[in-house]
Amino acid sequence: MDQQICNVKPLLEVDSVTIRYQTSTQEIVAAEDVSFSVFPSDRFILLGPSGCGKSTLLKSIGGYIAPSEGEIRLKKERIREPGPDRVFVFQEFDQLLPWMTVSENLCFALTNGRRCRSRKEAVEIADRYLEKVKLWKFRNSYPHTLSGGMKQRAAIARGLAMQPSILLMDEPFAALDALTRRQMQDELLELWEETKFTVIFVTHSIDEGIVLGSRILILSPHPGRVRAEVNTHQMDRSQASAPLFAEIRDRIYGMLFDHRLPVEEAAS
Amino acid sequence: MSTYDAPLHLDGALVVRPEYEIPLAPHTPENAVSRRLSPFARMKQSAAIRKATIILLTIVAWQLYTTLDHVNELIFPTFSETIAALVHSLSNGELPGRISLSLLTLLESYAIGLGCAGLLTIFAVQSVFGRDVLSTLTAMFNPLPAIALVPLAMLWFGLGAFSLMFVVAHSVLWAIALNTQSGFLSVSETYRMVGRNYGIKGIPFVYKVLIPAALPSILSGLKIGWAFAWRTLIAAELVFGANQGSGGLGWFIFENSQNLMTANVFAGLLVVMIIGVAVENGVFQVVERHTIRKWGMQQ
Repeated sequence: MDQQICNVKPLLEVDSVTIRYQTSTQEIVAAEDVSFSVFPSDRFILLGPSGCGKSTLLKSIGGYIAPSEGEIRLKKERIREPGPDRVFVFQEFDQLLPWMTVSENLCFALTNGRRCRSRKEAVEIADRYLEKVKLWKFRNSYPHTLSGGMKQRAAIARGLAMQPSILLMDEPFAALDALTRRQMQDELLELWEETKFTVIFVTHSIDEGIVLGSRILILSPHPGRVRAEVNTHQMDRSQASAPLFAEIRDRIYGMLFDHRLPVEEAAS
Repeated sequence: MSTYDAPLHLDGALVVRPEYEIPLAPHTPENAVSRRLSPFARMKQSAAIRKATIILLTIVAWQLYTTLDHVNELIFPTFSETIAALVHSLSNGELPGRISLSLLTLLESYAIGLGCAGLLTIFAVQSVFGRDVLSTLTAMFNPLPAIALVPLAMLWFGLGAFSLMFVVAHSVLWAIALNTQSGFLSVSETYRMVGRNYGIKGIPFVYKVLIPAALPSILSGLKIGWAFAWRTLIAAELVFGANQGSGGLGWFIFENSQNLMTANVFAGLLVVMIIGVAVENGVFQVVERHTIRKWGMQQ
């Protein structure tokens, strides 16, 4: 580890976290002994196949699920419950409250999350962030009149407006069509360039991880264990056909499934 | 090879078709993507107009049957006789008094039922024990027709308005509690997580997240509660009125049937229907249009 990184303190530490949950008949291990650190301004990707416990881990960071073992610390404070310092952006389009307009959704977060004391201040901040995600014209629309991409953009604006210590994004573009997804990825990067917020982004798309992330944590399939942490070398979409991009992609793909190969070979 | 999948050839040489691009002008009001329907097309879309036509046809059929067939007015008065009786009872002040007495009792009982349902449901969302209490009580009392409690109410509270209110409140309480609770239970996990994310918990969580998110169920509970209450009230008034010597709309119907004033009986029944429809369409639909339909929570 080089000198420069040693001087920066991690913003978020996930320390030997194991998460188990119970169904009516059995106990299931979702994530096992997971440790990693997220530094300020990281675009930290949690990558893994479906069912590797990456969303569970993110919910645990969000404070919704207590780890069965280990602990998660934000700025050295143990995380015990959900709070506005870690704002969630979900995959589901219904994360905007349908009984409020887009602008009211932002103000609701800003006033309840105690970022704003007055309604007037909240409206000003909401306007500013809606402008950033190009939704200002739709500030008085109700969520059901927006497209999926616009809803997600509004949810991102709501998250960023809170200026959280860390933004937690749980596959926010997974339910979008391919064209909109690509556009949203570019827009997220543009927003990041402006304020360099810290974000943890869960995805099961290797390409999305490389394009969006600065660092990728690879989780093994069920139960999720840390397989590797990989730098993306700040690759962007224009380099998607570059050899290095393909190399990172192949390396990650290999690591996601390598432990399975001997079993499959034995079976055949 | 058929002529359809043959490559485009001309005199033996493959023809490459030219590519093209068309620069598109932005949309202007003149070539707008959507436009307003014509008045006639909008009229056909209106459910109110279609329903009004059905009501009109029913009235015409009623009038024709009773006049052309010379039906005995003591058995089945014509529509015009019913309207005349209605206007007479309205103008001499008898019917307005009865109506206001009924509506007042109804509103008071509805408010009591609603309050109890609210308390029970808030208690129920706080804990598993509370939820079990509510679902068990609802399962026990919901199937019990409110009118079956009339003899008991008379034993406990005598012949006063309090007995009526007890019976009607009972009919409201369980329908609203049942719907509200099932509405709360079906609030999506995402809304709950969003609420908690911004630090909302306890009672504020109930009114800032759960109630608006469950509003479609709550409103349908309120509607069912209203319908139960109105029917129960009129039925109970038939009994109470007879004992008390004065009463609301139910008693008006009962009294006139005893005196063979059939047109008045019809007028009373008509008022019961009109009030029912007016509340259903006037009150609940307006509330729905300004809330859950505007929010896209109901089609």
